[in-house]
Amino acid sequence: MPGHDAPTDGLLVVVDSPVHRLPAQTKVVAVVAVVAVVVLTPRGAWWVLAAQGALVALTATVARLPVRLVLRRLLVEAPFVVFAVLMPFVAEGPRVQVGPFSLSHAGLIGGGTVLVKATIGVLAAVVLAATTGPRELLAGLERLRLPAVLVAILSFMLRYVGVIADELHRVRVAREARGGGQGDRAGLAAVAGGVGTRFVRTYERGERVQQAMLARGYTGRMPALGRGGATTAQWALALVLPTAALMVLLVGLAMTVPR
Amino acid sequence: MPSDLPGGSPGAAVPNGAAGDRGGAPDVGSPPALDVRALGFAYPDGRTALRDVSLRVEPGERVALLGPNGAGKTTLALHLDGILTPAHGEVRVGELTVERSTLAEVRRRVQLVFQDPDDQLFSPTVRDDVAFGPANLGLRGAELAERVLEALDAVGMAEHADRVPYHLSFGQRRRVAIATVLAMRPDVLVLDEPTSNLDPAGRRELGEILDSLGAALVIATHDLPFALQLCPRSVVLDDGAVVADGPTADLLADADLMSAHRLELPYGFDPRSVPPARDPRVGRP
Repeated sequence: MPGHDAPTDGLLVVVDSPVHRLPAQTKVVAVVAVVAVVVLTPRGAWWVLAAQGALVALTATVARLPVRLVLRRLLVEAPFVVFAVLMPFVAEGPRVQVGPFSLSHAGLIGGGTVLVKATIGVLAAVVLAATTGPRELLAGLERLRLPAVLVAILSFMLRYVGVIADELHRVRVAREARGGGQGDRAGLAAVAGGVGTRFVRTYERGERVQQAMLARGYTGRMPALGRGGATTAQWALALVLPTAALMVLLVGLAMTVPR
Repeated sequence: MPSDLPGGSPGAAVPNGAAGDRGGAPDVGSPPALDVRALGFAYPDGRTALRDVSLRVEPGERVALLGPNGAGKTTLALHLDGILTPAHGEVRVGELTVERSTLAEVRRRVQLVFQDPDDQLFSPTVRDDVAFGPANLGLRGAELAERVLEALDAVGMAEHADRVPYHLSFGQRRRVAIATVLAMRPDVLVLDEPTSNLDPAGRRELGEILDSLGAALVIATHDLPFALQLCPRSVVLDDGAVVADGPTADLLADADLMSAHRLELPYGFDPRSVPPARDPRVGRP
């Protein structure tokens, strides 16, 4: 895993790796499958979860993602951490004394499990986003038969989110340049007004975009983004991760159940 | 902005400018590329946008559509492609009357370049956007890829095919917007304020690209030197009506006509001091 920062384009880390080369649809299915297996893992099955986490981390290594970048992106998980930390305090059942705090035993195990599972899930999503360009992701979802309308909506969002963010930024700069409030309640009111204007402007842009689409022969069907399906070998490679995670889970269950 | 434009010759082969190459019609006596007859239109709010507009554009001809803001230039442009439907009169494209049954063919022959490239470029990548039109025509695979590359080559943007439109400069986005319509191989290109927001170099590059095309051009603009550079003929539109139609150099030199319709030349610019655009290859600095 290279320590220095690799070039990025949005969330995509621009390096070449076997994970990058996999078609997006195989990676989407693999991530969903891994998350499902991790969710199915019983709470408190620490070494099973540890092995599953190691498998996902190994995938990040194969994808040649910089460690620091991955750790930084894991921070989106922060709200879950708060929830997990609260659980031992609020859960019922026998208590254990940790320092000055009386904590619920079940809450400790539950909170810890939530934390570990969420971390593995976020890590898998980070790997997906860092190895798949947004356009490829759309093409993958299209191949997975996501309804065309949803693909089109996501595609327009992808295209225009930057344009609209720029417009909002210009409005804010113009407001602050004229002494408009920032951060306080007056600022909030101004932002609300700005959002209203922005909505109307964006609606008008939508009409113009539709005219531009009609002018180029749009008849209600978006042309396909995808280039060809994934091969069996690619599917097999992508499904190695969820399969391995499932094996770990099954072995873990087999070892605990008879006792 | 990179200025690695093709010198004109690679682009020249791209659009099939002659309208007569479809349907086997001979060039001699072929119908005009565009024929607008007594067109009238009012917006739903009752505002009259066009009154009795008539305009003929011959195959390969270049016409500037001049007029102040709100004169109806954009409304007229939207009629040429069948986006708006006339209240009175009709629009003919070659031998076709623009109506529901002919829209597909009309929109292949007549292509609009909108004022804001962000309206025109709505796909995730440059390549997807240029492919949108030809894909709607039914092109697929290698044929489609070839068409896309050809159009991007004509505007010098081939190496940016996989970039996101949002990451391009304004001038580059304008060029890609033109590529998206060139990919349809139109007979007529209608451009709405093509030079707005361009820096001088971007404006010059745009002029060179347009000059290299064989298609008929209708350029709605209030950039009068640009009109003089590219279009031998101009039509002045004001308050929804055609008020003048003639050689661009003559119209621009008519101070009374200009001032009556809020058209102004840039400070120090004398239209008689530059060669008029008789020959499409005339280039001004």
